[in-house]
Amino acid sequence: MTLLAGLRARLRGVEAGLREFYVAPYRRTFARAQRDEEDLFMMLVLSEALGVPNPASGTTLELLPEMLDRMHQWHLRMGMDRSPFEEQLACC
Amino acid sequence: MDGPNALILAVIGVTMMLAGYFLYSRFLAKKVYKLNAEFKTPSHEFRDGVDFLPTNRYVLWGHHFTSVAGAAPIVGPAVAVIWGWLPAFLWVTIGTVFIAGMHDFGALWASARNKGRSMGALSGTYIGNRGRNLFLVVIFLLLLMVIAAFAVVISGLLVSQPTAVIPTWGALIVALLVGQAIYRLRWNLVAISSVGVVALYGLILVGDRYPVELPEQFMGLAPEGQWIVLLFVYAAIASLLPVWVLLQPRDFINGIQLFIGLGIIYGAVLLATPTVVAPAYNQHVPEGTPGIVPLLFVTIACGAISGFHGIVSSGTSAKQLDRETDARFVGYFGAVGEGLLALGAIIATTAGFQTIAQWEEVYESFGAGGVPAFVEGGASIINSGLGLPAGLSATILATMTVLFAATTLDTGVRLKRFVVQEIGQIAGVRIGTGPATAIVIVICAALTFSQGADGAGGLTIWPLFGTTNQLLAGLTLTILTVILIRKGRPFLPVLVPAVFVLAMTIYAALVQLFDLFADGEWLLFTLDVVIIVAALWVLVEAVIAMGQARRGEREPEDDVALTPEQRLPLDR
Repeated sequence: MTLLAGLRARLRGVEAGLREFYVAPYRRTFARAQRDEEDLFMMLVLSEALGVPNPASGTTLELLPEMLDRMHQWHLRMGMDRSPFEEQLACC
Repeated sequence: MDGPNALILAVIGVTMMLAGYFLYSRFLAKKVYKLNAEFKTPSHEFRDGVDFLPTNRYVLWGHHFTSVAGAAPIVGPAVAVIWGWLPAFLWVTIGTVFIAGMHDFGALWASARNKGRSMGALSGTYIGNRGRNLFLVVIFLLLLMVIAAFAVVISGLLVSQPTAVIPTWGALIVALLVGQAIYRLRWNLVAISSVGVVALYGLILVGDRYPVELPEQFMGLAPEGQWIVLLFVYAAIASLLPVWVLLQPRDFINGIQLFIGLGIIYGAVLLATPTVVAPAYNQHVPEGTPGIVPLLFVTIACGAISGFHGIVSSGTSAKQLDRETDARFVGYFGAVGEGLLALGAIIATTAGFQTIAQWEEVYESFGAGGVPAFVEGGASIINSGLGLPAGLSATILATMTVLFAATTLDTGVRLKRFVVQEIGQIAGVRIGTGPATAIVIVICAALTFSQGADGAGGLTIWPLFGTTNQLLAGLTLTILTVILIRKGRPFLPVLVPAVFVLAMTIYAALVQLFDLFADGEWLLFTLDVVIIVAALWVLVEAVIAMGQARRGEREPEDDVALTPEQRLPLDR
């Protein structure tokens, strides 16, 4: 029984190693793609504040507190050194 | 005179490279790069789970090795043994120990010490503003060469080895299915890998039974030309598809295949112990073979010293380095792995034939041997060592080589697309993904067609690819030397190879310039002129940067320089 358990543990190890071998080379590609999508989503959430009419402003307003943590990184990535909403949402 | 046994060659070569790892890389780690386990590597300092992530050193080595090893360490030696096995053997072993290992290891270390930035960014820091542009020019050239050279290699191999057609294209379907099995069906990876490998070898069996040959003429194109068109269509599509669909599973299968292939070759040599029939130093090289100095040193680039490794080392691997001390294993041993592949290619092309006459028949002119000789020679060794039929062995080796080369081809197209977009950015034009890919395909296809569409081109472009690759290596070594001078460390272990590599590059480029002029190869002639200009540019910048570094102040060593925040506790 211990032999079987040992074998199973080893198989799990091999599986984990292979998974790492499969996933790691493209980890950054995926993470970047995800980040790009989230950046777009952030813009949607902030669209009202940016002056773009937003039909779902009620919903996005609710999301705002959730997104605030990521606000600082977002405006840096978008090429703005300071928050675009200095008066309302100063973050740095 | 009887040649030596190939097994002895393999043992000596492997011993030399292992000695290089255990002795020379230890010296480099202690005295030159002064690795410090306490140094907080970028993977910890900037850990974000995206680019920066501390990775187990064996896993990291696996990626590093599979990213740097491909078809190039097979093609180069397979062409270069025309001068005899001894020069190629010495260049591969000594080059791996003293140049490639040091270079890959050093690039990894330099990048890790500079926030994991890429060699291009480092050339900006250490050589100056022009350094970055220079780097972009060299990369552009290198990718152009690599795409054209590999397209010629693949199309030639698919024509000479029609049994490999079904497995190589079928492997794409296997890769597509593997991707689906992982992301949609969520299979266990052990199962997927086993099924994938079995499917691939099943395809090899099928392909071996049913060779596929293209028509003699189609729209005025010879079979080689038709394959080149198909390859570029494939490369364009592959480089545009989402990576999880094709590239990721395909890289995975290829990675496994690389280890299986190395095992098959060395296993067969161990069992068959073939005798090397090729002369140690070929006194009767065929008409038109260029001089061994400097051409040997650019014909074998990957496997002895390859600038491309610096790109992988810096930028990608450096961001995942857990401890700085891991750089020795990942960087140096990655180069050793590639050296072993090159050594295998040398053995296959020199010991895989029955008589010297047969060998001379294959190597009847410069560039005539090449990969087909590797496939033929390797197949006969596998045949006598492992007992597989020679035809099947040839199909296995041809499939392996084509898969490696195809990986490099579409990765090259993808990377070149980024370079084109970056150049556009500098020029102030935004180039979309589609147009950028189209530009890449048009440029590369034009160059390729001038080389191999009728199948008569041979591999004129190969030494030029090697020259560019060495040029890049010279640039990286220059940056390393500047870093070491600034730190007041011994820099000769880097400077001497750098001078050698740059001298051989410029010498080879000049020799080729005259040959290409005489042959009226105007496209390649122009490229060669660009290479020479870039090489001289590197040389001038190198001298200036080193002079400045010598006059400048010395940077303090770790025990003074590192703040407590920059240290990583030894026991975590």
